[in-house]
Amino acid sequence: MIPREEKILLSHGNGGRMMHDLIGNLFIRHFGNTILDEQTDAAILPAESPFLAFTTDSFVIDPLFFPGGNIGKLAVCGTVNDLAVSGATPRYISVSFIIEEGFAMRELEMIVESLATEARHAQVTIVTGDTKVVNKGKCDKLFINTAGIGMFRKEDMLVGKALNINPGDAIIINGTIGDHGMAVMNARESFNFKSPVISDCASLNHLIRRMLEQCPGVKFMRDPTRGGVATVLNELAAKTGLGIELSEQALPVSKGVGAMCEILGFEPLHIANEGKVVVVVSEAESRHLLEIMKSHPLGTQSTVIGRIVRDHPMKVVLKTATGGKRIVDSLTGDPLPRIC
Amino acid sequence: MHYVDEYRKKELILAVAGEIRNISKKEITLMEVCGGHTMAIHRFGLNALLPPNIRLLSGPGCPVCVSSQHFLDTAIAYSRIPGAIIATYGDLIRVPGSVTSLEKEKANGADIRIIWSVLEALELAKNNPDRPVFFPGIGFETTAPATAAAIVKAKNDNTRNFFVLSAHKVMPPVMKALVEEGVKIDGFIAPGHVTAITGTAIYDELAAVYGLGVVVSGFEPADMMQAILMLAVQLETGAPKVEVQYKRIVHPDGNKIARDLLAEVFELKDDRWRGLGTIHNSGLKIREDFAHFDAENNFSVLVPELPDPKGCICGSILRGTKTPNDCGLFATACTPSDPVGACMVSGEGTCATFYKYRS
Repeated sequence: MIPREEKILLSHGNGGRMMHDLIGNLFIRHFGNTILDEQTDAAILPAESPFLAFTTDSFVIDPLFFPGGNIGKLAVCGTVNDLAVSGATPRYISVSFIIEEGFAMRELEMIVESLATEARHAQVTIVTGDTKVVNKGKCDKLFINTAGIGMFRKEDMLVGKALNINPGDAIIINGTIGDHGMAVMNARESFNFKSPVISDCASLNHLIRRMLEQCPGVKFMRDPTRGGVATVLNELAAKTGLGIELSEQALPVSKGVGAMCEILGFEPLHIANEGKVVVVVSEAESRHLLEIMKSHPLGTQSTVIGRIVRDHPMKVVLKTATGGKRIVDSLTGDPLPRIC
Repeated sequence: MHYVDEYRKKELILAVAGEIRNISKKEITLMEVCGGHTMAIHRFGLNALLPPNIRLLSGPGCPVCVSSQHFLDTAIAYSRIPGAIIATYGDLIRVPGSVTSLEKEKANGADIRIIWSVLEALELAKNNPDRPVFFPGIGFETTAPATAAAIVKAKNDNTRNFFVLSAHKVMPPVMKALVEEGVKIDGFIAPGHVTAITGTAIYDELAAVYGLGVVVSGFEPADMMQAILMLAVQLETGAPKVEVQYKRIVHPDGNKIARDLLAEVFELKDDRWRGLGTIHNSGLKIREDFAHFDAENNFSVLVPELPDPKGCICGSILRGTKTPNDCGLFATACTPSDPVGACMVSGEGTCATFYKYRS
């Protein structure tokens, strides 16, 4: 039974009976599992590997609901993906809600429901959480903070560190770029573009697990969220001291995202993704890895977008469709605040 | 993407480039007036496709860049009026005024909203009837009609708390001023979307009196290459004239409805341009009939006159006499993340374009 009040009241966060009811009737009902059901102050977790990956993230996206997801689903995907691209298997997450007084109970339930569904899908267990309610106007509707713990296989521990990257290595992405940022923008601003752009928001851990198990040569992975693919690759170039060459024609951009970027003057390479992974692999293994990625539903559109090169060290250069070349910088300024 | 991809075909662009090389022998300098053209040239690397005898020069067509520091300081002063909302196009928010920017004022608590259409500013005014909503209006004949339409709508709807700070400008006087000032130009790649409103007659004097070639161009690489080819043909044959390359958008007579709106709401005034000084009849002032919506008419703020930042050569860049590479601050003290001059801020600014597409 969902709590009978239609709106969140300050009393829902005061530690008393109403908070107890909210936790029992909403959070435990959707998230329930043997660890959370204990309702201890701290979750006690079995250590399944000698090394753990630990991450935290906060979600302040506006609007809370967007085509392809909502803040609840996004909170799971964002946390899971940070662990997965580090080479870990995501296992446990915490979820804390900071809710503005007056927030609709029905919307909260929709968010909690979708958070629970995504956690089941990603096979992570929500083991602890917290609820705070703040006065009207003191936060914008709802913020979520998460933490996540993942377990490591020994052989996967270096995959986030960008070691052994060499000229000639291929750069692969698992599908179209810029979908999340443009979907949120379209939902937020009053553009009323008819072509629907849908966020790519998805938990990538199953895809990544398959990649790591079947292709030991994966050298680097990162999820290109805020700042987009351009920012991830500029960081990689700076870290390795090598250059990166991208091919504009090879960049997968959906028609809708391409058109929105064209109209608004954005660079798709700078737009955020929430269900994409950028991978570096040796040229020799790239074809094999592509096959593995394409065999997974989240990787059917995987493609090589560029290479590591010896030229122009620490710079990302795009070969344009018209035959020119230009430098692609990290994002400066923020065209779209609060997209995650 | 329809109506875009067709104009970005490599074979087509290279074919036009070959034709230009065959025809163009004279040393010529062409100025692209519009910031959108500057962007396209660099984004698609068109310079590399042109023979060495053709030189392209960037002109004063970036609305943010030519707006004076005083205009920005005035907008910032309005943001400090109690209750005020500043509704601005995103380009303007990071432009440094003499001591601060709208972005910094926002962090200090000013209510500054980024909008995509002036009608959103009007909507904000309707939803906040007790607060003055200021719209800093920038841009040329392309964006000014939208501002005019919003002002007419505000009057019809009796939205009394909507105020425009107009820095709108018109194109012809500045093009003429550059030529008269002695900037050496053989032809103009004229702005496509401005001309879609004004029609082509505004350039007749440049061709007839000053002997300059004028071709109104679209913004895709094939458009621009074709416009350059048309200018090359004109100049090689000694027959400079006004031509339209961008025929799918530009009618020689322009858009009468938009022009009538402009004339109804605005009148010409002498206006200040960053780096270029005051140019006669180059700005748009709100007419007496609509004075209620003129911010400057209703709110007086004290804005001191301060010099432009030291070392910044935005003015010379806007005049086309220098390029960003001549500036000691370019890409060192002045970058898109920490801009000194306006040309580095706007997406259409010459410095930002040179920086983004440097190689």
